[in-house]
Amino acid sequence: MTDLPAQETSPTFLGMPSFQHAAEAALADTQQRRNLAHATATIRAKRAAAVGEVDGWEDLRLAGAAAKDEALHHLPHYLEQLEAALTARGATVHWARDADEANQVVVDLARAKATDEVVKVKSMATQEIELNEALEAAGIAAWETDLAELIVQLGEDRPSHILVPAIHRNRAEIREIFARRMGAVGRAAPDDLTDEPARLAEAARLHLREKFLRARVAVTGANFAVAETGTLVVVESEGNGRMCLTLPETLITVVGIEKVLPTFADLSTMLQLLPRSSTGERMNPYTSMWTGVTPGDGPQEVHVVLLDNGRSRVLADEAGREALRCIRCSACLNVCPVYERTGGHAYGSVYPGPIGAVLNPLLRGTSSEVDRSLPYASSLCGACFEACPVRIDIPSLLVRLRTQVVDEASGRSAEAASMKAAAWVFGDHRRLEAAQRAATLGGRLLGDRTIRSLPGLGAWTQARDVPTPPTETFRQWWARTHGDDEGDLDDARGQPVVEEQDLGGAGPHTRQEGS
Amino acid sequence: MTGPAELQVARPTVALFATCFNDTMWPQTPRAVVTLLERLGCRVVFPREQTCCGQMFTNTGYADAATPLVRRFVDVFAGADHVVSPSGSCVGSVREQHAVLARRAGDAGLEREVRSLAPRVLELSELLVDVLGVTDVGAYYPHRVTYHPTCHSLRMLGVGDKPLRLLRAVRGIDLVDLPSAEECCGFGGTFAMKNADTSIAMGADKARHVRETGAEVVVAGDNSCLAHIGGVLDRQRSGVRTVHLAQVLASTQEEQA
Ligand code: SF4
Repeated sequence: MTDLPAQETSPTFLGMPSFQHAAEAALADTQQRRNLAHATATIRAKRAAAVGEVDGWEDLRLAGAAAKDEALHHLPHYLEQLEAALTARGATVHWARDADEANQVVVDLARAKATDEVVKVKSMATQEIELNEALEAAGIAAWETDLAELIVQLGEDRPSHILVPAIHRNRAEIREIFARRMGAVGRAAPDDLTDEPARLAEAARLHLREKFLRARVAVTGANFAVAETGTLVVVESEGNGRMCLTLPETLITVVGIEKVLPTFADLSTMLQLLPRSSTGERMNPYTSMWTGVTPGDGPQEVHVVLLDNGRSRVLADEAGREALRCIRCSACLNVCPVYERTGGHAYGSVYPGPIGAVLNPLLRGTSSEVDRSLPYASSLCGACFEACPVRIDIPSLLVRLRTQVVDEASGRSAEAASMKAAAWVFGDHRRLEAAQRAATLGGRLLGDRTIRSLPGLGAWTQARDVPTPPTETFRQWWARTHGDDEGDLDDARGQPVVEEQDLGGAGPHTRQEGS
Repeated sequence: MTGPAELQVARPTVALFATCFNDTMWPQTPRAVVTLLERLGCRVVFPREQTCCGQMFTNTGYADAATPLVRRFVDVFAGADHVVSPSGSCVGSVREQHAVLARRAGDAGLEREVRSLAPRVLELSELLVDVLGVTDVGAYYPHRVTYHPTCHSLRMLGVGDKPLRLLRAVRGIDLVDLPSAEECCGFGGTFAMKNADTSIAMGADKARHVRETGAEVVVAGDNSCLAHIGGVLDRQRSGVRTVHLAQVLASTQEEQA
């Protein structure tokens, strides 16, 4: 890609190589490819059906994008409003500039409760800041309670999808993980565990129940935070989140500052867009909302950590800021042909797929190898933009980030040199014609022999033949059949149109070959 | 649906943007466009100063290299009422990216010119259906054919089912549906080189779907996608050919004989 010094690690997934290298390994994992192809095809079909049911889907998308833009374009205002509303309802608000600050707040709060464990609701923000690792370093165990997160945590694995972190695993693999690992961290899986989904779910339920009943502190993220009312919202499918939100005495929510919505009414738009886009359901099974503290009911101590961690940097980027509209529905992952083949790990971040390919370099900058490779991890097919419920133009953002990568490399690469040479050729038609003469000469020499390999084209020819160059270019043919005069457009503009019967005698421009 | 019998109506002058790749590597495609449009009564002009829309540069991140090509494109084609090109992705680059490049260069005049010209730059099926108002172009193509809608035609340009309507009206054709037709073939310009393994995995799946149809010919509106799909099919010695939409539409009974 570029000749910049390689920094082969990713800030989030330590030791992660660039996308291209990680993808090679993923492509070779045939089991994972089958798991992913099956899972994404199923969820794609469900989403398409659920979206197809809504008459004004386009209008809903526009409304969703508008609500997020309103919040993002006046973020300081809405954040202050959110803080005031939360405080008025008995919550404590903490501001965290980066991952370390956010982790420190959570560690301090857990320590103050003299506990050595917390239960967790699935949350992207806490994964982004690697909260579990920070808690562990402080001697506090963080138990994931979302089924898929539990699978990933027990398997000592990494999440590979926003919504279905264990999408790369099948049931047989899950049974094996449960049987092998559950006993070490809590209630063991039953001896006769099979890979039937109901049996697997039952094992997880029994295992988790003990943790819910014991835990005194819960940590969550939030899908939305309503500025007007100070309401935090979590949507989920299993109900495990709701257990965490109601049973412990202390509730800590880590929420990215971009999650704020101006009004409670905006929720109605989002709660239509999100479940249909993410799980292909009309409504998600559990929607939990809480606003501060309710005396005698639920957690009696509520903390909210408002997390920046690169978001203001994205916000300052006029073109990049639309990526902050993302509601983490994962629709773009499920429709992405690249994600389907490489899986989420290749993206070197908790945000994989098309949104990860733009969000990571925006949040982290393009100084690392993996962040420079991510904007190129797309064929620009546009399926992500089409699926995105808040209309994030991911392909355009990718192109813009590629420009940033190239500009930062400031011409220091073999690729830049060949691009410069090609641009020079295309800068004038006479240069193009000269270059074409060389290409068609190749065609004349090769005849109709198939090209199976060619120096410099190794990446192309490893599984694809190369078309043989023709012996006559189009412009040579045009000159031969239509004369050298290319036709003056100013002449042609607004001219009375030519009747079909006129064609025979209409001069050199319009003579027809073979007619 | 209109047919060739009704074509004795006024037909416009159309400027052909052949595209650098077609001009150099697949001249039979722009030739087919000329043959077809002239058969339909259009006057076709080919401004010789044209070179390249800059798509490869833009999409690889070389915006600075692409900007002079935007200027050149506008200079060459600004006088045309209709510009047609047998490449959905190049038309997409003109319609969607040229204005962005002009703005990035801080050239408000160029941006204005681009915005005025871009809507007149059409992909072949758009010109035929929307401007000329024909779906039956009088073609004859007695082969089993499947159609791959390329991503840029489908999503950037939104050509919808226009190519299929044109193909359905072709005499002698046996048109069969392609499974997972709307999924990207994996070409993606320099993606095919930079992420060759992923690109090939996608191309192999596309080739498999093509073979499942039992078609002799796979048709699309972009030769770069076809070169990728065809490159995989050829390596597999599948016996399936790739043919550009323009060439199918330009084919006639006499030509087959
Ligand atoms: S970018 Fe759009 S489609 Fe992708 S996860 Fe975010 S909201 Fe969903």
